Amino acid sequence: MAQISMTVNGKARKANVDPRVLLVHFLREHLRLTGTHIGCDTSQCGSCTVLLDGRSAKSCTIFAVQADGSEITTIEGLAPDGQLHPLQHAFWEEHGLQCGYCTPGMIMAAVTLLEDNPKPSEREIREGISGNYCRCTGYQHIVNAIQRAAEKR
Amino acid sequence: MPTSPVLPKLVGQRVKRREDPRLIQGRGTYVDDIALVGMLHLAFKRSDVAHGRIRSIDTSAAEAMDGVEAVFTGAQIAEFLAPMPIGTPFPSPDHRAVAVDTVRYGGEAVAVVVASDRYLARDAADAIVVDYDTLPAVVDLELAMTGQPTVIHSAFPNNLAVALVPSGTGVSASGVDDSAIDEAFAKAEVVISQRMMNQRLAPSAMESRGVVAHYEPGKGTMTIWSSTQNPHILRTFIAAMTGLGQDQVRAIAPEVGGGFGAKINIYAEEYVTAAISKRLGIPVKWIEDRSEAFVATTHGRDILGYVDLAAKRDGTVLGLKLRLIADIGAYNMLLTAAIPTLTMMMANATYRIPAIRTTLTEVFTNKTPTDAYRGAGRPEATYFVERAMDMLARELQMDPAELRRKNFIQPNQFPFVTQMGATYDSGDYEKALDKALETAKWEALKAERDAARAQGRLVGLGLAMYVEVCGIGPSSSLPTGGWEHSQVTIERDGRISATTGASPHGQGNETTFAQMLADQFGVPLEHVTILHGDTGVVKQGIGSFGSRSQAVGGTALHLAGAKVKTKMAKFAAALLEAHEDDLVFQNGMISVKGSPAAGKSFASVASYAYVPVPLPEGLEPGLSDEAFFEPSNNTYPFGCHIAMLEIDRETGEPTLLKVVAVDDAGHLINPLIVEGQIHGGLAQGIGQALIEEVVYSEEGQLLTGSFMDYAIPRAIDFPHFELEATVTPTPVNPLGAKGVGEAGTLGSTPCVVAAAVDALSEFGVKHIDMMLRPEKLWRIIQGGAS
Repeated sequence: MAQISMTVNGKARKANVDPRVLLVHFLREHLRLTGTHIGCDTSQCGSCTVLLDGRSAKSCTIFAVQADGSEITTIEGLAPDGQLHPLQHAFWEEHGLQCGYCTPGMIMAAVTLLEDNPKPSEREIREGISGNYCRCTGYQHIVNAIQRAAEKR
Repeated sequence: MPTSPVLPKLVGQRVKRREDPRLIQGRGTYVDDIALVGMLHLAFKRSDVAHGRIRSIDTSAAEAMDGVEAVFTGAQIAEFLAPMPIGTPFPSPDHRAVAVDTVRYGGEAVAVVVASDRYLARDAADAIVVDYDTLPAVVDLELAMTGQPTVIHSAFPNNLAVALVPSGTGVSASGVDDSAIDEAFAKAEVVISQRMMNQRLAPSAMESRGVVAHYEPGKGTMTIWSSTQNPHILRTFIAAMTGLGQDQVRAIAPEVGGGFGAKINIYAEEYVTAAISKRLGIPVKWIEDRSEAFVATTHGRDILGYVDLAAKRDGTVLGLKLRLIADIGAYNMLLTAAIPTLTMMMANATYRIPAIRTTLTEVFTNKTPTDAYRGAGRPEATYFVERAMDMLARELQMDPAELRRKNFIQPNQFPFVTQMGATYDSGDYEKALDKALETAKWEALKAERDAARAQGRLVGLGLAMYVEVCGIGPSSSLPTGGWEHSQVTIERDGRISATTGASPHGQGNETTFAQMLADQFGVPLEHVTILHGDTGVVKQGIGSFGSRSQAVGGTALHLAGAKVKTKMAKFAAALLEAHEDDLVFQNGMISVKGSPAAGKSFASVASYAYVPVPLPEGLEPGLSDEAFFEPSNNTYPFGCHIAMLEIDRETGEPTLLKVVAVDDAGHLINPLIVEGQIHGGLAQGIGQALIEEVVYSEEGQLLTGSFMDYAIPRAIDFPHFELEATVTPTPVNPLGAKGVGEAGTLGSTPCVVAAAVDALSEFGVKHIDMMLRPEKLWRIIQGGAS
């Protein structure tokens, strides 16, 4: 067992974990933050995307011990004051989700996309979210949502 | 006097979804989010050979691990779990939830571990040692039909799961009359003949499957949470397989992260999880890994078609022969054998075809079983017929749109009885075609294509029509029953609760159904709650598949609402001293027609109905009623899809430049949600055309067992889809709604392939089998055969 400490959604957390425990399992099962999902086991789908020290990262690709000392934001921590984040609001307005399973990861990936490129073109959005799979929407309403959020920034 | 704001009509409006606030905040509860006190975890040991006899299983190392509660082999499971049931009347081989002596596909379960956490459960499963006598793997479906290289199930010679008698023109209970089909081909001035493969696909909902089962020994009841499209069907089968009554089983579909047909089937893991929970008297959980999903969740499509289309040189279609061979994998699952029969059923497509003959053979192979995948049989029919029509247009040098126009079933011919025995409810195919041509600017697009070609670019256009069968019912067409159920309750405070058996997994029923009730009762949307997915709350139901939620489930809701409204009007009439027929429900009030001031608030009438002093004569207290709705027929939505595609001359890489989809689903409740459904269908249909394919090696090993090898379409793979609609209501239900969940997958696949063939027409290519990977296209450009 390894002792780790990290800040998750603004709260200091300490835990003893098996070194092989993935960050996503630590978040979901130890901290019960189940908004971060698991869609594959090969780091393709992006359902598990969180912010690691402010940058989007696939939490199934990282061991919890590797995140020791870091700051993590999950979908539950994106809108700490109860107001929806502009991306959450835009996904709702534009029908950017159906089953909702990929949505938390998609939103977290979009957070970093818009930080890097505040006024992306449609093409740049499509490229920017191509590390995140959605099987329901055909992506069009997701692209619309990210465009809308960019316009509102 | 109470006043209230004027409420807008909501049906037909782009109302944003009521499901979304929880989902965009990560507050939805999917199966893997459920944790019960004392819950243990299951992991399956799966076969790593495609076909083999189990010589021995050594579970001792697994059992010795600290934290392992139990290990069961297939033989031990068989002591308390009956063989797997199916949902069709076709003959089926013996199929155990966990293999007992023979494995018949790679990934078939051979043992199961119960342990204190999921990591340990997997470790223990890995520690089980299985020794196999490997048998030859049956992989090629046409070879399989000859019994080569071996026979998988001894009771099914030549691996023939189903060898159906012919169907179509001249086929009746009394025999087969070939004269009409023979005459059609004798008269033909041109015959198009093509072998086409509609390849195997992995449905790949982003949430893989998962189950939590909790048997409570004291009460003798079972609660099972599963990522399923149909909790009521799950309850039926779980009760039968665990020896419980249906009243003792509660099945819950919590948030379900997509289904696409693959979560209709009731799976071995659901039975095993339930049976082990009952045996051990503790809650247990199983969550499928993605790599596990590729072998353990049913695949879709995989049907070979030999298509012959007979026509006159003026383009008049005379006859169609369709010989179908389906590779169904190793076993029959819930609906497996029935899916390809839908391909036969829809062979008539949108055309007046005077003579059709189809035959269907279903073949066992050493692969994961197939079952429904979005469209389920209808995309295959559309693909075979539309590809043949496209080839005919090319042969006759006709515009593909004009060839279709010449052969359409005409609006005045509905209801139209097809050569396959289906009765198309309503349609106006030319209207959809014209709308698509207009939206795509077809003539300008052709000029654009020709200009691009003049510059040496490989650009092509494709067009496809489709008609599909949706709103599945009546009961004669579905072994589970072809109805849907709803109960509508006006609560004491005037808010509305309604249940629906149409259990959604992304379709937005909580929104569309609330829109309907808000309009029906003249109350705000926020005052309506739609309950679903829990057999403890929803008394009866069938489920969501076959694009039936709105057409069948929505109608049941509407009818239940109408019953309650009639009763509520009687209470209001007593209060207002008016006649119940003179009342209107609007803006949160029930008032006398023409004098809105003479009214009572909706909530006050509700309150009165629960404390009815005095009780109006002939009325019982309360406001709650239910309806079962069984449609008299299926619905038949239709549409036209157009694609423009460019192929890189150097690399063979295809790029979609334009996609236009015109879909007619009848009346729409929420066009925003409908658009989303069509977008998703287009993505899966285009995915099949361009990048998706399940591939097995000659040894029956799955070569596309993860998202690294099986290509799920990404955002970058698509252009901006252009959507339009025509509206041709169905007479089959009072809403006029036909269903839209699968439509996108029908037209998109053949129109993209047609566009690729058109792009490569300078190389003399007439057909290319999917998927259209660059290497295949590059070879054609280099002068090789397709």
